[in-house]
Amino acid sequence: MVDFDVVPLPDADHVAEGEQAPDFTRPLVNDEFWEDASLSDLTDEGPVCLVFYPMDGAFPATYIWNELRDREWDDHLTVVGVSISTPYAHKQLVEEREMPYDLFADPSNEVAEAYGVAHDLDGMAGVSEPRPAVFLLDEDRTVQHAWVAEEWPDFPPYDDLEAEIRALAE
Amino acid sequence: MSDSDPPITLYRLQACPYCERVVRTLQDLGLDYTSRFVEPMHSERDVVKRVAGSRPVPAIVDERTGVTMSESANVVEYLEKTYGDGLVDGGSA
Repeated sequence: MVDFDVVPLPDADHVAEGEQAPDFTRPLVNDEFWEDASLSDLTDEGPVCLVFYPMDGAFPATYIWNELRDREWDDHLTVVGVSISTPYAHKQLVEEREMPYDLFADPSNEVAEAYGVAHDLDGMAGVSEPRPAVFLLDEDRTVQHAWVAEEWPDFPPYDDLEAEIRALAE
Repeated sequence: MSDSDPPITLYRLQACPYCERVVRTLQDLGLDYTSRFVEPMHSERDVVKRVAGSRPVPAIVDERTGVTMSESANVVEYLEKTYGDGLVDGGSA
């Protein structure tokens, strides 16, 4: 990751470690269908790695999901994504990346707003998407670890997150 | 996805008039249901084939009665007979 311009993002007033992550209900998309589901439906089953990422089709989305697929964190907890793309695009991403993770469709970007990680895109008038961010949540939706992009583009610190996930799973 | 999920699951296609007809019947009868949206591409609807035996939508799965059924006329008739005539209590909605 050299050779491209990285610009700092403004400070994000995001949901922090120790706080309870806001619950939400959105269409949850897998490789076959989508249905409304709540974040709490997932945390009720165990810890969750909630991944905010730029819209499907942008290269960060592809890079992030390739990496998360290969790391197989679903052995330890539920990994789920959130972005502004439609359920149709999400379904295609899940199929193309051959990933075992589901994606919440949030075209209004209200979930990213609630988490303090919304990013208004320069040159795409009226389009706001999540900045890359990862929240590790326990069964009560308490944030055990939070990482939020501070520059654009920026990618999750996968090794650090993996260490946090292993600690959380023990 | 949770224990409180409605017993009726409707497999539907966005903007499909036959699906909307079933939705209207479910609503008229005051029945809770879960919507699962599938692909316009018929060949992509393997989940519907798995649960209902064939790929057309709408299709419903009613865990309360164990009935799985597709084709809107059949589904509407089933719903009205089962719940409209009070043979089975659909619960409050």
